[in-house]
Amino acid sequence: MQTCLSKGGGFHFPPCHVLNVCGFRILFDCPLDLSALTIFSPVPTGYRAVVDEKDSDCQPYSTLDSDCVTWKRQKIGKPLDANDLICAVPWYKIVKYLHLWNVSFIDVVLISSPMGMLGLPFLTRIKGFSAKIYATEVTARLGQLMMEDLVSMHMEFRQFYGPEGSTFPRWMEEEELDLRPSALREVVLGKDGAELGGWMPLYSAADVKHCLQKVQTLRYAEEVCYNGKLVIKAFSSGLEIGTCNWSINGPKRDIAFISSSIFVPAHAMSFDYHALQGKDIVLYSDLSSLDTMEGIEDGYSFLTTDSFSTLSWEESAQSLLNTSEHLEEREKLYYLCSCAADSLKASGSVLIPINRLGTFIQLLEQISASLESSSLKVPIYVISSVAEELLAYTNVIPEWLCKERQEKLFSGEPLFAHVELIKDNKLHVFPTVHSPKLLINWQEPCIVFCPHWCLRLGPVVHLLHRWSGDPNSLLVLESGHDAQLALLPFQPMEMKVLQCSFLSGIKLPKILPLLNVLQPKITLLPEDLRQKVRFTNVNPFSVFHYSENKTLIIPSLKDSSELEIATDLAFQFQWRNLKHENMNITRLKGELHVAHGKHWLHSGNKPSKSNSSKSRPLLHWGTPDLETLLSILSKMGINASVEQGVGVEGSKKACIVHVHDPKKALIEIGDTGTVISAVDENLASLIFEAMDSILDGI
Amino acid sequence: MAIECLVLGAGQQVGKSCVVVSMNGKRIMFDCGMDMAYHDHRRHPDFSRISEYGDFDKALTCIVITHFHLDHIGALPYFTEVCGYRGPIYMTYPTKALAPSMLEDYRKVMVERRGEEEQFTSEHIVECMKKVIAVDVKQTVQVDKDLMIRAYYAGHVLGAAMFYTKVGDSAIVYTGDYNMTPDRHLGAAQIDRLQLDLLITESTYATTIRDSKYGREAEFLKAVHKCVLGGGKVLIPTFALGRAQELCILLEDYWERMNLKIPIYFSSGLTMQANMYYKMLISWTSQKVKETYSTRNAFDFKHVLNFDRSMISAPGPCVLFATPGWISGGFSLEVFKQWAPSEMNLITLPGYCAAGTIGHKLMSGKPSKIDLDKDTQLDVRCQIHQLSFSPHTDAKGIMDLVKFLSPKHVILVHGEKPKMATLKGRIYSELGIRCDDPANNETVCIPSTHHVEVGASNTFIRSSLNPNFNFSKMSSEDESDSRLKDGKFMPWLQVKDERAAEGILVEEKGKRAKIVHLDEFLLMLGEKKHDIRFAYCFPINTDNLEDTKSTDVSSSSNALSVSGRSSWLPMLYIKLSDELSGGNIQYFGEQIQVESFSVSLCLKDRCPYRIVDSPPNKCEAVFFCCAWSIADEKLAWKIISILENRNYGTL
Repeated sequence: MQTCLSKGGGFHFPPCHVLNVCGFRILFDCPLDLSALTIFSPVPTGYRAVVDEKDSDCQPYSTLDSDCVTWKRQKIGKPLDANDLICAVPWYKIVKYLHLWNVSFIDVVLISSPMGMLGLPFLTRIKGFSAKIYATEVTARLGQLMMEDLVSMHMEFRQFYGPEGSTFPRWMEEEELDLRPSALREVVLGKDGAELGGWMPLYSAADVKHCLQKVQTLRYAEEVCYNGKLVIKAFSSGLEIGTCNWSINGPKRDIAFISSSIFVPAHAMSFDYHALQGKDIVLYSDLSSLDTMEGIEDGYSFLTTDSFSTLSWEESAQSLLNTSEHLEEREKLYYLCSCAADSLKASGSVLIPINRLGTFIQLLEQISASLESSSLKVPIYVISSVAEELLAYTNVIPEWLCKERQEKLFSGEPLFAHVELIKDNKLHVFPTVHSPKLLINWQEPCIVFCPHWCLRLGPVVHLLHRWSGDPNSLLVLESGHDAQLALLPFQPMEMKVLQCSFLSGIKLPKILPLLNVLQPKITLLPEDLRQKVRFTNVNPFSVFHYSENKTLIIPSLKDSSELEIATDLAFQFQWRNLKHENMNITRLKGELHVAHGKHWLHSGNKPSKSNSSKSRPLLHWGTPDLETLLSILSKMGINASVEQGVGVEGSKKACIVHVHDPKKALIEIGDTGTVISAVDENLASLIFEAMDSILDGI
Repeated sequence: MAIECLVLGAGQQVGKSCVVVSMNGKRIMFDCGMDMAYHDHRRHPDFSRISEYGDFDKALTCIVITHFHLDHIGALPYFTEVCGYRGPIYMTYPTKALAPSMLEDYRKVMVERRGEEEQFTSEHIVECMKKVIAVDVKQTVQVDKDLMIRAYYAGHVLGAAMFYTKVGDSAIVYTGDYNMTPDRHLGAAQIDRLQLDLLITESTYATTIRDSKYGREAEFLKAVHKCVLGGGKVLIPTFALGRAQELCILLEDYWERMNLKIPIYFSSGLTMQANMYYKMLISWTSQKVKETYSTRNAFDFKHVLNFDRSMISAPGPCVLFATPGWISGGFSLEVFKQWAPSEMNLITLPGYCAAGTIGHKLMSGKPSKIDLDKDTQLDVRCQIHQLSFSPHTDAKGIMDLVKFLSPKHVILVHGEKPKMATLKGRIYSELGIRCDDPANNETVCIPSTHHVEVGASNTFIRSSLNPNFNFSKMSSEDESDSRLKDGKFMPWLQVKDERAAEGILVEEKGKRAKIVHLDEFLLMLGEKKHDIRFAYCFPINTDNLEDTKSTDVSSSSNALSVSGRSSWLPMLYIKLSDELSGGNIQYFGEQIQVESFSVSLCLKDRCPYRIVDSPPNKCEAVFFCCAWSIADEKLAWKIISILENRNYGTL
């Protein structure tokens, strides 16, 4: 059974699923919808604080007179302005339907990326939550840094508004929400109004620490066995450093979970799709192609398998690895660098609130290189509470990087350029905007990398307030989010804004070739791709489409489980050939163990008692033939005579065979059974043998 | 099928490790070391034993290298570039990163020292390393469809690994060199509990129980400290990678703690660049060192400065790391000539120096004069400290590992013959595991594990996993001491979970063999069961029964003293309970049941199963009717014989 809890949205909000495998409930990822933060007003800085004060929630509700309420009501239909944003300590929105599940019934949580981990402390702090959590070492570390950064940025709100009450915040009350513009209300409640329950006050640093203690970290391709039955492995997905796809092998089915993946990334280890080949089920959870759908020309938005049905396996594999998308990404970065250089030449500063680690590191390398070549002497600042550790960390994890970066290890060069940049004093790393060292060091124009992309948290807020009026400065944003809403508090914006999309998953045209290479028996695709990826009838695999909050029953592929029999036990087998069927059968007895995703049958500790002699069949079937019985008995030296009896109902005759010689015995043969009664053990045993030889038995 | 283990090196010796294992059609070479004690063909493993015609690509599936020490990797460039092996080679990331520099250092020494003919060139090393596939610890690597390898942390040097190798159902572990206790810069070896047919382990310290490395590290630090306090100079000859960083991390830490300001120098051969490797590979070090990566990488040496030739004769104390490690020439020899004559100075020597080098001469005894060449002689008055903390496991560590893994078989390599024999005996006598210590070029064959793979029906799996409780009353004699109560033996109820998987394995032509549950089987065949049972009706002489009653009257309860037909069955029950040891005897009022055997009073005048002739009617006989199935044939006749009282006289 599979249930998609959320399709997520973009790189920062990966999808979330619950999958039932072999009776275990597995949750894939537990992200936060941080784009919802845009409904809050950022912490006011400088003079703006005074302006915002008027409408802030800090004022007691009772002072709002009726005039004010009607004034507010009039705003509902109008376009949003900065005053519509909620002035309160922000809450955070977890996956839509997750709060409808009883988390204590979750057995395993698999975290594919640091982004998929941000909501995890909400789960781990719930009483009764006892699931085993797996994530790669790097995902856990990067996730931890992201969460710690989130908590530390959030502190600014706490300091401004004072400690949160434990109660329901005012902005969540119904009458208060009714006053909000509809666009805002939709973010709070969701389209169906069911999402209010997904809002949570942020976890604490202690919650994060506690959460991390519960995470079992893995290397790529490290095997871990859950409960003896599921063998779980993480394989690189290429999206980011440390992100992964999952392979789950159970006694009855093998499953591959594919999260957003990149075939040839420029920093992380590439998408290891070979490891996911030949699974029974592929749960395709890369929804990135849906986010970029609008931009796609009609040319390749419709795809059918027709074009691929003739493609050989090798050709499919080849088409996955073409480097066009790699080049495309490089082009984007070049363009970004040239835009940045233009601003710097005009004495404007460049603000880059991009949290994607890969993009951040590559941009850092590109920009510094382009500054070098254009001999612009401009400082680069990285401002974040975790930046120093993050940059140091990326340089000690060569095992998790792409081939080109690993070559740097083997030739003894630093893995990333930022090591040298820091050493040469070209790159400066500070924990916050008001660190004393920054104030001493500060030079404008400059380039600043800082969180947070939602433009509500962290150093970016301060810097936006500072530069929003400067038409020469440049703000680089990741597209895919509502930039209008994000920039609302900073209006009027004089600053140039460059929106850029980065590759965040498998592109639409590559889905079919990928499935062609993976050769699963069943593929689970999102409903939204039904029209985009069409399959012909000649598919070697069946396709099921899933949609949000609907449970999909996946048909069972095998009616039997795999079982391994120890050799010593197998040697004890006494095969019997069945007379009518083309079949060999043997009885077997042993101890069943479940380990490493497999059933094992061992001979057990006790030596079986009757194995030395020929064991006798215990179960018989068929209809005995009297004539044969008599002739066999006589061959054994037993003389018998038949007395035909009539059954009680007269339906079927039960006959009785009398034996007089050598000793007295009686065989009562009925429709469903035979009773042997003899004077002594030997005779009874002989008669049994005779019966056995005319019946099938085991 | 058997696992064949051909020992090409390190058989009953320390040096050139090389073991070739054949299992289930795959052939894997573990380590490809060189023996530095020899200068002829004996320094290499005898590769001709792998393939007579030198077709190594066909003969070997892959090569696995455990760590970057020359006695484990020294012959690799020769094997790949000169002998022509072109198949895959696996080693961990640190080994791949550090091995080229080790090999290059060695090559230089060999060529420079005696203009010796090169076994391999620098290009050979580069080309060889291109064939290497780097692996991470615990990463499951599928070499091909059937062969799987996995590295486990071994702790011996940076990047050292034990390798788990599995082909089909057979699995082995080759340890390489390992250390079971953590030290200052590396963690302890770590491995999962695996099902193994064979464990091939090093046995350098097969009989020694060693104290921890800390003690010897402290000795080294004390010696260095004493020397510099006295204004002396310390020369530490090392190669570019490995020992240099290991010792430097010790000194840095010590300098920090003792607040020493005396300079530590790296000679030009030991560039800071070399430390870059260690910085990037810090996750392969011990927990404590690992944690420093973000604040200050422990391999970012703070006190270390670059050394200039002009400083050799500068006054004042210092510590200098200089290449090459065996003082065989180059800069370390130059410095040695200057510093050796002063007794204030200290020279440390590594655990091993190749024969013919100055280092080797210094190690053997304490010479006061050393011949540099046939014309020059040098007075050696300085102190000499030999570094002895070679990070091998001791005998206890080996025994612990063998016990932990409990393989079916152990092969010892990389040790001294007499000590290995002792350890071999211990493994067999203490752990009951067969153990071999083959010499070089010997082959050991051991049986391998196989499993038969079949399908199993859900019903079978479910029924096998269901608990099957077995209640049995122990007969009183068995456990007499504790069962005494009121002068009477209390029956002791035992509950056992005798979970047994019982089913039928069906093999149909053209189909996979499958196990089904008994109940499913006939359904599958579409046949009807034909039950064969036994029946027996027999008389019991009531006289005998009366006797039984009287003999048992002391031990039977009052309720049984009531005479009459209804009391006969209880009496049989008591009789059976007394005489039938074990067995689960149950009394249901109407009948007594033992497994499938049941007996009840037969009230019919003419029972069809009354085969036995009625006894002479001298006294009243009571008839009992029994029935059982074939499974309990023996038991049934035994009970009947007890009940028929044939052995009664012997009671």
